[in-house]
Amino acid sequence: MKFGIQVNEGPYQHQAADSAYNFAKAAIDAGHEIFRIFFYHDGVNNGTRLTTPPQDDRNIVKRWSELAADHNVDLVICVAAAQRRGICDADESKRNGKDADNLAEGFRISGLGQLIEAGIESDRLLVFGD
Amino acid sequence: MSEEDYEEDGEMNGKKFLYVNRRGPYGTVYALESLEVVLIGAAFEQDVSLAFMDDGVYQLKKGQNTDGMGMKNFSPTYRALEMYDVEKLFVSKESMDERGLTTEDLIVDVEVIDNAAMADLMEDAEVVLSF
Amino acid sequence: MLLHTVNKSPFERNSFAQCMGHAKKGSSVLLIEDGVFAALKGAANESVVSNAIGDIGVYVLGPDLNARGMTDEDVIDGVKIVDYTGFVELAAEHDVVQSWL
Repeated sequence: MKFGIQVNEGPYQHQAADSAYNFAKAAIDAGHEIFRIFFYHDGVNNGTRLTTPPQDDRNIVKRWSELAADHNVDLVICVAAAQRRGICDADESKRNGKDADNLAEGFRISGLGQLIEAGIESDRLLVFGD
Repeated sequence: MSEEDYEEDGEMNGKKFLYVNRRGPYGTVYALESLEVVLIGAAFEQDVSLAFMDDGVYQLKKGQNTDGMGMKNFSPTYRALEMYDVEKLFVSKESMDERGLTTEDLIVDVEVIDNAAMADLMEDAEVVLSF
Repeated sequence: MLLHTVNKSPFERNSFAQCMGHAKKGSSVLLIEDGVFAALKGAANESVVSNAIGDIGVYVLGPDLNARGMTDEDVIDGVKIVDYTGFVELAAEHDVVQSWL
């Protein structure tokens, strides 16, 4: 079965990102496919590679990147929400005249249409948020 | 068009998307960013319904004026939804009653439905996006 | 049928109450995150849960329950405890998942 997942909250502040990750991991382990994980609202903060949690805490961003690398999961950051919150890749940074970029490995930035498409293409869409 | 019609040519109308809005505007970003999804989603020609319940009904309140607090008043956008063929707006009767609101207080035409009808609407959906 | 998920404490928000008010016979409710507080014996909403069981499947996410210092014994009779694998199974078994945030 194909699952789509929407994550609405940033890492560490709210459990949503952890719940979404644990669900995705369990789904993959059970042989299901994750069609896409779409990060919206403050959820876009899951995609900054500048995060530096204490060593004894989980690294939420790295965990996502590893999920993408190991299982080819499509991690999409909403461009509109990301621009508001200062998450950008090299292209976005250049286009908007910024002096840095911070998108983590395995994530890509795209439009809200990707969320709608996830709703259409997935057998189930789950929303994790506050 | 009745629900039966939608079921008969479900392919043509795409999936039944239901957006559930339960938050007031401005206090958090959910109302605004939910509306942005609806507008983008309209291009995909799916069968879209919007539900407003709890404080979500305040999103549709007439007379919003944000001049004094520096945020953009996005309530006129609800009136534009019709142009995007988003025409099925449902409002919870119980939530309206609790807040002393009537349809006269709202910026757009809506269908007021009770909890039972809202539950049916939810069961009928194929994708539920909660904000 | 729907799988409803609730992630809010019933003492903080009305998400649980609204969920129970909209969950139709045959649907299921899964309590996650702070939503697990609705699954506990002796809490104010216990009768709401007890009365619904039978018409509605009520589940609680074990890892979130345990994290908050509760065990299986604290859970209202008839509420089923699942892990994340069980969460995935519930999502797959139901047609649609609705999150009550």
